[in-house]
Amino acid sequence: MAKHHVTATVNGDAVEFLCETQETLLDCLRDQLGLTGTKEGCSTGDCGACSVTVDGRLVCSCLMLGVEAQGRSIGTIEGVAKGDELHPLQRKFLEHAALQCGICTPGFLVAAKALLEKEPNPSETEVRYWLAGNLCRCTGYDKIVRAVLDAASEMRGA
Amino acid sequence: MRYEAPNSLDQAVALLSKESGDARVLAGGTDLLVQMRTDLVDPVLVVDIKGIAETRQIKEEGGGFRIGAAVTGAELKEHPKLKAVWPGIVEAANLIGSTQIQGRATMGGNLCNGSPAADSVPALIAAGAKATVVGSKGRRDVPVEDIMIGPRKLSLSKGEIVASFLLPPKPARTGEAYLRFIPRTEMDIAVVGCGVCLTLDAKGTCTAARVSLGAVAPRPLLVAPAAAALVGTTLNDAAMQKLDAAARAACQPIDDKRGTKDYRIKVAGVLVRRAAQIALERARKG
Repeated sequence: MAKHHVTATVNGDAVEFLCETQETLLDCLRDQLGLTGTKEGCSTGDCGACSVTVDGRLVCSCLMLGVEAQGRSIGTIEGVAKGDELHPLQRKFLEHAALQCGICTPGFLVAAKALLEKEPNPSETEVRYWLAGNLCRCTGYDKIVRAVLDAASEMRGA
Repeated sequence: MRYEAPNSLDQAVALLSKESGDARVLAGGTDLLVQMRTDLVDPVLVVDIKGIAETRQIKEEGGGFRIGAAVTGAELKEHPKLKAVWPGIVEAANLIGSTQIQGRATMGGNLCNGSPAADSVPALIAAGAKATVVGSKGRRDVPVEDIMIGPRKLSLSKGEIVASFLLPPKPARTGEAYLRFIPRTEMDIAVVGCGVCLTLDAKGTCTAARVSLGAVAPRPLLVAPAAAALVGTTLNDAAMQKLDAAARAACQPIDDKRGTKDYRIKVAGVLVRRAAQIALERARKG
């Protein structure tokens, strides 16, 4: 069967790719578009390593077919920094040592950015619940939560 | 595997009806894609229903609400009125999975996935919701409790789709709630789920009730004897004890890694009382 021709927007840029029906959006981002910042963890929607936004909504890219991305606006980790300038969340993750091996980090950053766009002043509890779908097996979550709260504070100009 | 994304229910029904192999409806995909990935299912056709307007809208209709089968949990939560009227349903749907899952997961999928532990289903049953089923012979409204007939088994005919849910007008002094028990605070599958909806008269006596239990039988249950334990009472201690006993009597659970039969039965009695208490407080407020 012929591949699907998909046109979408990724991090503000128009993209097109060909994919098989069963390929996930995660497969397409990594293998068709070379955007390997989005990581594959569990492939079953449990770990959050593949988090991206679709039309502004946080989702697991492993739980969406590539063909479903037709006409959608996708946001990935590659769009978080502005050129060489890190996003405040990225700086705070470094300052707070909120990562070790780094596999979960892109997913955490994309998820945390989606939270702060919706709620610029989240409580610690809100941060923990929002990020409950992102698993880290190295650091524990405390440094990550502190980094997010600190970034939120900086972004509010507090 | 073929993928189709029709923009009308008629087209979707036609595609599903004429496919002789395994054809699946794709709403949020949070169950279907996992099942495909783990080779539990291997469909030859996937019909994405998200391009069909009715499946994606929340509308006020007949004094109640019509909720599209492919409306996501995140969208339910953000609706300006729905949570104020039917908090139990929205809370139940929002218990499913993580923020990421909420961005995709739908009540239509939760029902049609056919899991006895589906969180939104007992809440819908307690509220008296109907599923609007569309097939080649037209539309029919089916009580939600009649859709699932066993694990992974539905009462739908070939080609039929749950397009939307119809929530009835909510009578005055009616409150509802859904609670589930899991061994941790979130991100798990129900050991027991319980939905309660009840209506009070001006003096605070219960005049109508519906009680539903999930994860304690091969399918979510509407438990009439549990509702009967509340009607005509003020939900005093004696009524709550009868409610507890009636809920436990309805359970036919399995033993599994989440809980033993005995444990599930005991938890069902506790949970139904707690859900009834929340429903009572909500009914007193509105």
